[in-house]
Amino acid sequence: MSKLRQTPSQTVGPFFAYALTPEQYGYDFTSIAGGSLIEGDVPGQRIRIEGRVLDGKGEVVPDAMIEIWQADGEGRYAHSADPRGSNVGFRGFGRMGTGTDPQSRFIFDTIKPGSVDGAQAPHINVVVFMRGLLLHAFTRIYFSDEAAANARDPVLASVPTERRNTLIAVRDEKSAGAVYRLDIHMQGPNETVFFDV
Amino acid sequence: MTETYAPRDWSSQPPYLHPDYKSTVLRAPTKPLIPIRQSLSEITGPVYGHESLGKLDADLTRNAIKGGEPIGERIVVTGRVLDENGRPQPNMLIEIWQANAAGRYVHVVDQHPAPLDPNFLGGGRCVTDSEGRYKFTTIKPGAYPWGNHENAWRPAHIHFSLFGPSLSTRLVTQMYFPGDPLLAFDPIYMGTPADCRELLISRFMLEHTQPSFALGYEFDFVLRGRRQTPVE
Ligand SMILES: [Fe+2]
Repeated sequence: MSKLRQTPSQTVGPFFAYALTPEQYGYDFTSIAGGSLIEGDVPGQRIRIEGRVLDGKGEVVPDAMIEIWQADGEGRYAHSADPRGSNVGFRGFGRMGTGTDPQSRFIFDTIKPGSVDGAQAPHINVVVFMRGLLLHAFTRIYFSDEAAANARDPVLASVPTERRNTLIAVRDEKSAGAVYRLDIHMQGPNETVFFDV
Repeated sequence: MTETYAPRDWSSQPPYLHPDYKSTVLRAPTKPLIPIRQSLSEITGPVYGHESLGKLDADLTRNAIKGGEPIGERIVVTGRVLDENGRPQPNMLIEIWQANAAGRYVHVVDQHPAPLDPNFLGGGRCVTDSEGRYKFTTIKPGAYPWGNHENAWRPAHIHFSLFGPSLSTRLVTQMYFPGDPLLAFDPIYMGTPADCRELLISRFMLEHTQPSFALGYEFDFVLRGRRQTPVE
């Protein structure tokens, strides 16, 4: 049977905020998701993830949208394709534009994911959208304090050694809890690794 | 056997770097993408069903009214979400955003000096039914100028965002209208491979046109399909 052609992607453009991230930007419309993934007393280690998006000149991008998709503290996804399924009320999806923070950061308050399948190190899946990207870009965030698990991770192993640090968020202990920082470089010597998912 | 998703068909997708669209020059990744073997991380994805909708979310002619009706030509936009094997995709969230009839976005950084419409936001969402169908009622968006090049205008379009069944099926795109003379001059539309551009153009359909109320346009989405792969 002949297949249908996949619908071409087009850029998210600069004007997504009032529909995709309305509450964050102060528009009078509900948001399906935002920068906080924590609802109620979901079990797991509270962490914050923050970073900036930088263009080929090293300038901060203030009109990007970042989405994250992650497993719960035990490495289970809230989705029917995960036979274990998350049952702790953790949806695992966050979405934030870089246009409201004074430093144009994305900031996610979430829990640290567990290892998904034993083989992979704990990680967060990231989707990057912005004006000038005709097709979104997939990347991942790993954690600097998971060195042993990272060393065994099959996806990190497929990345040239000198580029792996573009995927590893650096942990910083704050009084309020752990903050992991990672900038996303679209181009340049530290260009982030993007995946063909 | 575990279910994964067929690869992205790169021949139907715009390239990251398309210099006619100037913003791509400093923002397009320059290194080849690294292939990932799909795991639970890629074959799962965010789930938002009917429970995530407000009552008027799919009717942009009513979801932001402040005592009047929005100005412009009412339209219905409807169609199906399919995968590349033709399988309907039920219970899928679709989010949309668009300019008003005058070509102005509510977004504060839109400085185009066309009027805002106090009764129109331009954002909406709906969830596909059991046959993968969706339907929005809205106002036909106007063309608007942008700074890409001298006298640059975007053709009228509606932005769409779909998750599909998994992270790997994520799709953000734009739907255009048939016969728009601006299409040939638009580097975003023209960045799409020539044989797939028509996939981005809606069809006028008398059967979706509501008598004395709104013109009907049809637009289908095709997402990556499932495939069976043996577990190693
Ligand atoms: Fe637009």
